[in-house]
Amino acid sequence: MRSVVSTLELRRPRSIREALTMLRDDGPFVPLAGATDLYVALNFGTLTATRFLDLWPLEPLRRVEMRGDVLSLGALVTYTSLTRSRLVTQRLPMLVDAARLVGGVQIQNRGTIGGNIANGSPAGDTLPVFAAADAVVVARSASTERRIPFVELYSGYRTTVLRPDELIVAVEVPALHGGQWFRKVGTRAAQAISKIVIAAIDGDAPRVALGSVGPVVVRARRAEQALAAGQGIDAAVAALQTEISPIDDVRSTAEYRRVVAGNLLREFWTRATGRPRPDA
Amino acid sequence: MSSFTERAVGRSVARKDGMGKATGKALYADDLTFPGMLYGRTVRSTIPRGRVRAIRRNFDADGFTVVDCRDIPGKNVIALIENDQPCLVEHEVRHVAEPILLLAHADRERLLAADVDIDYELGTPVLDSATSGVVFKHIRIQKGDVDARLAAAERVIEGTYRTGAQEHVYIEPNGVVAVPEDGGLAVYGSIQCPFYVHRALVTLLGDAVNHVRVVQTETGGGFGGKEEFPSVIAAHAALLALKSGRPVKIIYDRAEDMVATTKRHPSIVRHRTGVTRDGRLVAMDVDVLMDGGAYVTLSPVVLSRGAIHAAGPYRCDHIRIAGRAVMTNTSPNGAFRGFGAPQTQFAMEVHMDRIAEALGLDPVHLREINALRPGDTTATGQVLGSDCSALETLQRAVEVSGYAEKRAATDTGRRGVGISLFYHGSGFTGSGELRLASRAAIELTERGVQVLTSSTEIGQGTRTMHAQIVADALGVPYESVEVAQPDTSRVPDSGPTVASRTCMVVGGILQRAATEMRQRIGDSSPAEYFREHGSLRVEAEYEQPEWIQWDDETYRGDAYATYGWGCNVAEVELDPVTLEVRPGRLTAVVDVGKAIHPALAVGQIEGGSAQAIGYALLEHVVMRDGAMANGQLTNYVIPTTLDTPPIDVVLVENPYPGGPFGAKGLGELPMDGPAPAIVNAIRSLGIDVREIPALPEILLRASARAPGFAIAGQRKPTTAGR
Repeated sequence: MRSVVSTLELRRPRSIREALTMLRDDGPFVPLAGATDLYVALNFGTLTATRFLDLWPLEPLRRVEMRGDVLSLGALVTYTSLTRSRLVTQRLPMLVDAARLVGGVQIQNRGTIGGNIANGSPAGDTLPVFAAADAVVVARSASTERRIPFVELYSGYRTTVLRPDELIVAVEVPALHGGQWFRKVGTRAAQAISKIVIAAIDGDAPRVALGSVGPVVVRARRAEQALAAGQGIDAAVAALQTEISPIDDVRSTAEYRRVVAGNLLREFWTRATGRPRPDA
Repeated sequence: MSSFTERAVGRSVARKDGMGKATGKALYADDLTFPGMLYGRTVRSTIPRGRVRAIRRNFDADGFTVVDCRDIPGKNVIALIENDQPCLVEHEVRHVAEPILLLAHADRERLLAADVDIDYELGTPVLDSATSGVVFKHIRIQKGDVDARLAAAERVIEGTYRTGAQEHVYIEPNGVVAVPEDGGLAVYGSIQCPFYVHRALVTLLGDAVNHVRVVQTETGGGFGGKEEFPSVIAAHAALLALKSGRPVKIIYDRAEDMVATTKRHPSIVRHRTGVTRDGRLVAMDVDVLMDGGAYVTLSPVVLSRGAIHAAGPYRCDHIRIAGRAVMTNTSPNGAFRGFGAPQTQFAMEVHMDRIAEALGLDPVHLREINALRPGDTTATGQVLGSDCSALETLQRAVEVSGYAEKRAATDTGRRGVGISLFYHGSGFTGSGELRLASRAAIELTERGVQVLTSSTEIGQGTRTMHAQIVADALGVPYESVEVAQPDTSRVPDSGPTVASRTCMVVGGILQRAATEMRQRIGDSSPAEYFREHGSLRVEAEYEQPEWIQWDDETYRGDAYATYGWGCNVAEVELDPVTLEVRPGRLTAVVDVGKAIHPALAVGQIEGGSAQAIGYALLEHVVMRDGAMANGQLTNYVIPTTLDTPPIDVVLVENPYPGGPFGAKGLGELPMDGPAPAIVNAIRSLGIDVREIPALPEILLRASARAPGFAIAGQRKPTTAGR
């Protein structure tokens, strides 16, 4: 542990309302839940924040429920609870696939979707799922609640349009039609950070999103349009290349990410076109 | 004579260290506390090369002990081979994370928060070993007339092969506690070689202490990473303890351990090999380059072992091996399981498959006709005896693995199979064992017998295996044999716990000591003898077999007393979408002479193979501006259970007459073979890879060059759109 921890301030609100009041009146705080990302920075001594709001005990943020046709996932839903949820398995199986591949069991027990979203790492494994699913982030402050389309949440590398007094309280996923597909290419078979990650939904209007190919998660609209317009997979792969901007880093290379992004799109399309379409 | 007849050797008896580790009673360095203890911290350079201009301490000095190079009472060196590495920087910085200043404080947070600014004059670092002008060591091995035979050869096959650095990833990072005692100093720590640390501290501290005592605490793995490095951290703790007069503990976290401590030497090996059309090796010209990092440390001997093994386990009358280890401005590279041999044998074994390819021969056949046999001579001219098992391990591995059928089935382009044949010299190279003159002792106690050596248990089974050898040589129950904690004030210097020597060499000395004790106690049982005569201690020293001849100047002669032999068959599955290689079944047929403890021996082979699979496919030390850029376990990736295939281990026991019960060295052997076997398996899929780690990114480039290789429905991988 390289950080001095005795000087850090941790507040523990007993309700969402109290949390929002603290954010409004005593902020800024960095909200934390499972602390799985935060602890990495704390351990390396690179954490700059000193004031934290512990949301972990707020049970109402752990709900998984249907609201009409919309699947609502509380911000504190952990990866473990995603993999155990029948509702999520039925409605959003690609999120279950993503959750299974995040870290190890301990991380899956502590890590939450709200944390994954708020942390905003371009390698976050659930982000392409939410991007492809046209999910909506529910952000609440002491005075207002607003619904932000997931694909409009990020304003840049690890930055969001959220205000300092807002909390992510839920993610809403509309009904999806079409087969869902998720694939993570990590640095090894398990407990790996993504080199590239993809989530996609087939059907008349295919939807594709990728992570680790740019500063923020990429919804590949041009590739989708090429596929929807029947221009063929080669055109879609070419279109995809215009909307990703991968880099070389300690995990992989831009070259590899470009080629494999294309290969993954091909794999998705081969699967999608190789089996009966649910809406056909 | 004792009437006890149940043998311990050859049985998988309970580990001596098992219960303590399983129950948490075993004490590791960080478990120790002493009254008044301070915590130590090392302030390190942030540049790869330059000079220190000024050091500013921006903290309240209250309660702090601060040490710089002027506080060193003896010589400012980490004593090893060349004594060129300073303990603390005086002016010149040669690598990132070089120690400059030491701080200690009773409060860890105050220690952590202490801010130190260092001004540098920046130099231009040398970061590419191929362009380094500073050579630490040259080695030349010459047999026959290479130039004439190369010129006359029917075919000459050339190739260049590269291996990357590798981090040890012992589960317990480096850590020590230095404790002032009676005008002297004791150091407790996670270390492989207590007497190396002892020598380094005596040189560093000079007359400032009346004695130095080094005690090994329970150690969570070493793999060579705690061979020479602990002298550095022990020196730092010792200086702080000496200045403060209080015990000082330094425990690295993983990030500090990864960025500041040693790695396996990266290598570039070039082969030019003359062959006949039917595949006989007629001349081998091998050039070995190793990146030593900023200081000499152990590079000369790593290079030596690497060079000696560079021609592989093959018969050839005309061999030239030129090796050099050079300086670069990175943390010193150092000892790592295999000690140079995995690098050079990777090159040789991949080169063998390229020769087979060029000649249209089966890789097994090529190895069969060239493998060393008893009576053949190695590159250094050593005549091999009946303990040479190259051919036997090769044939057994081919048979056990079903190599031929699997090789025939590789044309699907996804599942490949590859082979490697390798060997590993047991014990120190050349006259090294003679110079070490290791000693080991056994002593009767009221409970039974105690083994006294400086050999350390680092997870590999030292205590258990030594107790087994002594039990059988003495004719007493295994349970009655205790093994003393290595403490340089109590145990004789048995040499370092390295070089696959702890069983064969130190175990051999113990066997002689036990045999002598058995003669001295005569018909009494040890307990009877102890009751009648009190304690008895028998110490024995290494005796080199008379036949061993070695010339350090010419590198001619018997490089090692014996060799372990091995053959790996590796199966791989290639994902055409991502170019990830998943290792399939790995077969390891290894001749260890005699498995003193079969379960531990198999464990060593499995663990070493897993470490070698990581070396082959995953473990990538990313260097940026001379520093490891991925020095954390999230991004320096070692194999998990899911990345480790089933490993079929077959133990061959072709005894070495000079080893205890016929045992040879075993610990490093499994590190040599898996990487080339895996890369050869990738080659069987039509992808020409000549370096490790064979990351998907490397395969992408290699497959782009491969004629007709297609991934995921593309005619060729492209970087379209860039």
